[in-house]
Amino acid sequence: MKSPVLSLALAALLLGGCVHSPQPQPLRGTGDLGVVVERASGTLQLVEASTRTSLARIDGLGDLSHASVVFSRDQRYAYVFGRDGGLTKVDLLRQRIEQRVIQAGNSIGGAISSDGSLIAVGNYEPGGVKVFDATTLQQIADIPATPLADGSTNSRVVGVTDVPGRRFIYSLFDTGETWLLDFSQGNQPQVTRFENIGKQPYDALLTPDGRYYIAGLFGEDGMALIDLWHPERGVTRILDGYGRGQQKLPVYKMPHLEGWTLAGNQAFVPAVGQHRVLVMDSSSWQQTDAIEVAGQPIFVMARPDARQIWVNFAHPDNHQVQVIDSETHEVIATLEPGPAVLHMEFTPRGDQLWLSVRDGGEIQVWDPYTLEKLTSLPAESPSGIFFSSRAHTTGL
Amino acid sequence: MAAPVALLRPGTPATRGAGIACGRRSILALLGCLMLLSPGLQAEPDALRQRQLDNLLLQDCGSCHGLRMTGGLGPALTRQALADIPRDSLIATVTHGRPGTAMPGWNALLDEQDIAWLVDQLLQGYPRP
Repeated sequence: MKSPVLSLALAALLLGGCVHSPQPQPLRGTGDLGVVVERASGTLQLVEASTRTSLARIDGLGDLSHASVVFSRDQRYAYVFGRDGGLTKVDLLRQRIEQRVIQAGNSIGGAISSDGSLIAVGNYEPGGVKVFDATTLQQIADIPATPLADGSTNSRVVGVTDVPGRRFIYSLFDTGETWLLDFSQGNQPQVTRFENIGKQPYDALLTPDGRYYIAGLFGEDGMALIDLWHPERGVTRILDGYGRGQQKLPVYKMPHLEGWTLAGNQAFVPAVGQHRVLVMDSSSWQQTDAIEVAGQPIFVMARPDARQIWVNFAHPDNHQVQVIDSETHEVIATLEPGPAVLHMEFTPRGDQLWLSVRDGGEIQVWDPYTLEKLTSLPAESPSGIFFSSRAHTTGL
Repeated sequence: MAAPVALLRPGTPATRGAGIACGRRSILALLGCLMLLSPGLQAEPDALRQRQLDNLLLQDCGSCHGLRMTGGLGPALTRQALADIPRDSLIATVTHGRPGTAMPGWNALLDEQDIAWLVDQLLQGYPRP
């Protein structure tokens, strides 16, 4: 360090390091950001919707073969639920992992409470839900699920969703139950159990107003509906026996359910083991139609203006995406974005649709109004795409 | 991972007729044919098919069993987890599925050779370290 210029530079660097963060980032908001899960490499890409660009890659997130993400209400932090039981808090501004805990052996997803203070994680192993402080990731509660009849293990948990009033709701795959956890009185939850909801609930959704919880059933044709305005009324079976008389096809991938299945006063949901999307009136919950599509639907998502429904499919039909007119129920477009389209995500007001093409190694951005592809970004086996706007939507 | 993706239906001429089609060209081709005709190798899917099956095993089987085969909705398929299960019974499970569970039968998409190859990958320990 003999050169005065170098010394000066070093001094400036050290001083800078004391006063600011080591890698100063320009001032910015996070409301236009999202993350893309790269499942094989255990990494996240940080993306920006308006510029359709990737800003950073964050690694060290473990096994992301099944991963989902929720956001803190200030949209600064992403909480990533990984297959290996990892719960990782990622700082979108500093573009790095803030904190990571391995909280179970095997998990499926989670939710953030309506006040932003609690993170609930649904686990397969050990079967149950654990709840963490959103700031520190300290464990607050551990709620084991119902033990199986042979006592070997506890039921696996699916479809963990936040409910208004610092509550969470989820279903038990093996024992056919739904549990409602109420943290409104403190960190010791009050548990309400709904039994005999149906065979093998595989995932669930909460309507965006937070009123109805609907669990999809894998073990029988139908869905289980709970009106959270009236939990005392129990479970109502809807779409009962929708596949009656039809041969059920082998299911190579479980469908997913979330609040985006609601389009105005209609709900569009995947039929399990059939090449059909089922339509219900979302006030009476009566089936109104069944739409023939190109494969077994996985994600059935309404464009935010509810005018179109976008559908992707299970293997071996997963190179296609179909677009349904929500008024006429006609398939108005069949797109072929590329091999293995795993997930789709609209920007919050629906000007863009992002989709992951796993085996094509790219994320594509589409204009859902012109049905044209705008751009694509390279990605390693991309799966889930999550925009930070989810922070302000109940049930996502 | 830019592995090829669309899984061919098994038994297409392009993948299955190779052993017969390559008869008369050159000594190299002849050697190739002899290798294909030897019983041990004939039972294996060809290289392209193996790549497709490897991608299927990692990505599609991995969706339920975990990319590291440590389990998920489906049970763990690590070498240790499968140690006491006979190969034939694994082949039967992949072929026909397990009624009452989420495991589908794969015989609508894969032939016997494919399934045996997949099961052998698991028995040898997958994913490879």
